[in-house]
Amino acid sequence: MSSRASPSAEARDIVALEGVTKRFPGIVANDAIDLSIRPGEVHVLLGENGAGKSTLIGMLSGLQQPDEGRILVDGRPVPITSPRHALALGIGTVFQHMMLVPTLTVAENLALGGPWWQRPRTGELEAHVAEITRSLGISVKLQARVAELSLGEQQQVEILRALLRNSRLLILDESTSMLTPKGIDELGALMRRLVEKGLAIVFITHKLKEAVAFGDRISVLKLGRKVGEIPPERFRSLGEEEIIAEIVALMFGRQNDESDTKERPVGATRTGIAPSLQVTDLTVAATDNEPGLSSISFDIRPGEILGIAGIDGNGQKQLAEALAGQRVAAGGSIRLEGTDVAALSVGERRRRGLRYLTDDRLGEGTVGTFPVSINFFLKQVGQAPLWRGGLERRGEIDKRAADLVREYDVRTPSLRTPIARLSGGNIQKVLLARELAEGAKVVIFNKPTYGLDLANTLASRQRIRDTAARGLAVLLISTDLEELLSMCDRIAVIADGALVGTVDNVDDARTKVGRLMIGLAA
Amino acid sequence: MSIDGASTASATALDATSAAANRRDVLHRLLMTLGPIVVALVIAGCILLAVGVDPLAYYGYVLERGLLSMLGIQQTLTRMAPLLFLAAGLIVAFRAGMWNLGGDGQFLLGAVTSAASAPVLVEIMPVWLAWICAFVIATVVAAAWSLVPALLRAYHGVNEIVTTLMMTFLGTSLANVLVKLIFRDPGTTVPQTRTLPVEERLPRLFDTTVTSGLLLGIAAIVIVHLVMTRTAFGLKLRIVGANPRAAVHAGLSVPGLTIAVFAISAGLVGLAGAVDVVGVQGNVRADWNPAYGLAVIPAVFLARMNGFAAIGFVFLLSVLSIGGESAARRMGVPNHFTLVLIAIVLIVLAIAEYVDHRYNQSRKA
Repeated sequence: MSSRASPSAEARDIVALEGVTKRFPGIVANDAIDLSIRPGEVHVLLGENGAGKSTLIGMLSGLQQPDEGRILVDGRPVPITSPRHALALGIGTVFQHMMLVPTLTVAENLALGGPWWQRPRTGELEAHVAEITRSLGISVKLQARVAELSLGEQQQVEILRALLRNSRLLILDESTSMLTPKGIDELGALMRRLVEKGLAIVFITHKLKEAVAFGDRISVLKLGRKVGEIPPERFRSLGEEEIIAEIVALMFGRQNDESDTKERPVGATRTGIAPSLQVTDLTVAATDNEPGLSSISFDIRPGEILGIAGIDGNGQKQLAEALAGQRVAAGGSIRLEGTDVAALSVGERRRRGLRYLTDDRLGEGTVGTFPVSINFFLKQVGQAPLWRGGLERRGEIDKRAADLVREYDVRTPSLRTPIARLSGGNIQKVLLARELAEGAKVVIFNKPTYGLDLANTLASRQRIRDTAARGLAVLLISTDLEELLSMCDRIAVIADGALVGTVDNVDDARTKVGRLMIGLAA
Repeated sequence: MSIDGASTASATALDATSAAANRRDVLHRLLMTLGPIVVALVIAGCILLAVGVDPLAYYGYVLERGLLSMLGIQQTLTRMAPLLFLAAGLIVAFRAGMWNLGGDGQFLLGAVTSAASAPVLVEIMPVWLAWICAFVIATVVAAAWSLVPALLRAYHGVNEIVTTLMMTFLGTSLANVLVKLIFRDPGTTVPQTRTLPVEERLPRLFDTTVTSGLLLGIAAIVIVHLVMTRTAFGLKLRIVGANPRAAVHAGLSVPGLTIAVFAISAGLVGLAGAVDVVGVQGNVRADWNPAYGLAVIPAVFLARMNGFAAIGFVFLLSVLSIGGESAARRMGVPNHFTLVLIAIVLIVLAIAEYVDHRYNQSRKA
């Protein structure tokens, strides 16, 4: 239907996606996505981590195949079978992490991938590079070792490499994440010159300001679906503020098909009671590629749910891990029912009732090859009554695990099944059972519904509400604003490792939190 | 149909079919283990043919000298004693995901220190107490020797494969130096330690020449197996081995467990040296290095780190090495051909695993 129906419009697309769907076990990464990529345009794909951007790029660059739908190149459906094939079709990708060999020179890196039986034609390469760099107004030191270049320069080399292969479509995956502000501006200018030469660029980012500054067309992805697109005509007619407002509405706005939007009655918390968890000036040092935490303070009372909202990667994981004891805090105090636990180990904090439900279920939450039964008790190894005198009591363990399987409705073929074979939702039920076990007083949930299907999402949220209703204090870290609005009493917003504001979850909380999240005052 | 579909309602049906599935599983395991060994024997046979040796005669001779003759089987069982301790030490480390490849250095240091202490100790205390003291000394020395790689791994994440291998060179040299300079027996001209009189070595079993160290070795490996599979401590080690990040998340003290693993593993390896010296050798000659440590690694892998299976493979290794030593003298095939054979077994096994994995994948798809 493509080429016949509207040849003029379709002919302009270098690459078009029609209803592309990609599923992974337990997750729909991309859900019926349509996209048209045209020469002379910077097409921004905007979305948070987990929105499905990387999967989309994987399919365009030949690393993965769509389960449904098709990809059209120059109006013809073409399965992109491999990265080599993608390059041959003129699709060049610059990945988030640098793919250059640091010990080789720039020229050697550029010559990589040529026929192995020939000596690299250095002279030809130099002439070609000179031609491209001159027209783009950039300079590249061909004889320098890649390791000596800044990240911004390395990125230019990667772009150059894609151009040397005659790419017509350049995909830049989170290219600004490792650049300095100056590097980002230079990249923006470079992209502008490239599209002026007739290239198409797909620019992936989760930073709103870059999207607005560099884009011609913006597609917004959310939880695997494309929730909106701002075409170039509209883009030009709107001011920056209006575009931002529109994108915020797309990213954080209410979705019609989410049935779980009944608001939690607010005001149920008893202000008179002493807080279960009191965090004062919690500080964590930043590392090379992760933000730290600066002077985080909040408190949570029994029965209260405090939400932490924010774009992913702003210190949420650091906060959760510092509270649980997995990450060393540089300063500040963490008081659990009045006693400072900041100096205690992970295990001791847990014994005292501080529980952490991790977002990395297979990476650290479970041991994938171990049976379901053992995974229930990973944090209780050696404790009575399941172990006595250091000896495992298999009967007791199986009995208790069977109870938990029933209570939490874990769907598993047997207790002996390696837990990695279960779906994400069922693994999450095991983790919930583990953290909510007897003795819990404060529970930290880190992205508890990330990657789950709707039924499991609703079940997990209900579990969390019940937890608070039982009188436990809950810290709910989530990048899903909808989730926070439907569950929390108060919502704090984290940005660059600091809490930039706390909002009571009442009528206009949505707008206030949304504005705090993108760096505007509430 | 997803896995989720199978709920508790069908659990009973699953139990009925699981017995059959279990049997198939065991059969499959057996085939996957013995098949490669047969293939490897054929390949090694081709190599023997190429160097002009009749493979059937060679295998027959190895089998006769290592297994069927009275003398051979006794030597084989005696050889098993240190190898079992070594296997036990490696199982602890490998199951915890730590590749202690420094076995030879730890073994020799254990052997030398027990060889130096045992003849002195028997003069001042009952012989059984002297054995125990010699064992303890060997264990402690070998465990201490593993402290450098253990600390580097625990607190700086330095790869223990590199450090233990380097320490093994230092360890074998140090053992040598100790024999030549400090523990040298002044009564002989050959550089070696004082010899423990035969009547003060570990007793032999019944009327055979088999050392009672064999029983100690079997006990050690069975205890290690039970500790690893049935106790909280073993489970903690297995968690660290299978997913170190999960261990941190679960609140386990990973550095502490790492040091413990190295100490136990190296201690058992050192004990292997002591059992060999106090039970069989009686002394350590300078430049003596049987290189058991590296030879046992393939056996442990073939056993998939299961203690009971390891007993079987250690037996096989002993037959091959005792028989191979005799065959070397008789047929001119180098002693090291045993290791060539084991290496071929491992390579074939790896290929078989790969093919099996691909086959399973394609059947699922």
